[in-house]
Amino acid sequence: MHEMSLAENVLQIIEQSAIEQKFTRVKTVWLEIGQLSCVEPEALLFHFEVVTRDSIAHQAQLEIIRIHGYGCCNHCAHEMPLASIYDSCHKCDTYDIRIIRGDEMRIKELEVE
Amino acid sequence: MCTTCGCGTGQLYVGGRKIQRSVSSDKPIQYQAHNIDATGQHTHEQAAIDFGTGIAGTHAPGMSQARMVKIERDILSKNNHYADENRRYLSEHGIFSLNLVSSPGSGKTTLLVNTINALREKYSLAVIEGDQQTDHDAARIRETGATAIQINTGKGCHLDAHMVGQAMQQISLPINSLLMIENVGNLVCPANFDLGEAHKVVILSVTEGEDKPLKYPDMFRAADLMLLNKCDLLPHLTFDVELAIKYAHQVNPNLTVIQISATDRTGMSAWLEWIEAGHVLKTIKPV
Repeated sequence: MHEMSLAENVLQIIEQSAIEQKFTRVKTVWLEIGQLSCVEPEALLFHFEVVTRDSIAHQAQLEIIRIHGYGCCNHCAHEMPLASIYDSCHKCDTYDIRIIRGDEMRIKELEVE
Repeated sequence: MCTTCGCGTGQLYVGGRKIQRSVSSDKPIQYQAHNIDATGQHTHEQAAIDFGTGIAGTHAPGMSQARMVKIERDILSKNNHYADENRRYLSEHGIFSLNLVSSPGSGKTTLLVNTINALREKYSLAVIEGDQQTDHDAARIRETGATAIQINTGKGCHLDAHMVGQAMQQISLPINSLLMIENVGNLVCPANFDLGEAHKVVILSVTEGEDKPLKYPDMFRAADLMLLNKCDLLPHLTFDVELAIKYAHQVNPNLTVIQISATDRTGMSAWLEWIEAGHVLKTIKPV
């Protein structure tokens, strides 16, 4: 989807922390991207490379940590792995499922110098 | 530019005025001067090489200056911060705001024009229009007499909270008014960008496929209301209303659905009642 905007947001957060944490180069960026979030990792990798050109994160390695989807049924409280945001409950077959994890889009940490 | 949806960094205009995107890091990052020497080697200008000048301050040979920095921040945290500011402003002024989202051509603007005509006697109403280019939609809204401001996102495929905040500053929104935000026609990207609105309203027209909610689940999950538009055309189509609603509820069991036609006014009263019920909850009493 909007991977270009997301990559720009990642770069902005990196530049902000460069000022706060006083570093001048980013070697590696770790992102946590849930499998239920609407982010296409391949597209994010592509756009990250484009938006970081001539920036502090130029040629930084982008590591994407995939987080599996997990949800809880609001109807019967059964907890289960989720492959999509519209999976039905494995136990009672209703669709009213709360996502516990798997929708993350977070910058976890940076390797900097 | 985004290869899937065309989003990117175009020039942003709010009400015809060029907007400089605020970047959280206002100070430029300092770089070393780069040189290409006679042999074609890439070097950095430095008077002396001192491996101990880095952050880690280590002089030990072979030791890297690299270190780890914990960030633990949501990628959209900046947008969410602007959205919170918008939400606070709207709530303090008793303004009920809706973010209308759909694919292009679902009839959003026609629906909006008819909605304004039905409500303008009773409420102060303003519209923020989002499109990549042109102010045609804002002009259509202004013909109704309502205040409208156009945001041109350039190559951007969605409105974000910062753009909407800028637009809100340019139009003076009266206390206890209604604010309609017509997002860029796109069923994908606007789903994740909170603008500070009270509700996202997704519009699906019956000339589209019944399975749009399954194809674009994030948007239907993010919305609180689905308007099934152009219902006057149903006799001429094979569109299965029950199936479309079933798919929508599969993605979002709490989604309210109203079948509507902006042209023959079917379902308009249910939609207007829904707006009025939401508006009452936001209204503040004058002190």
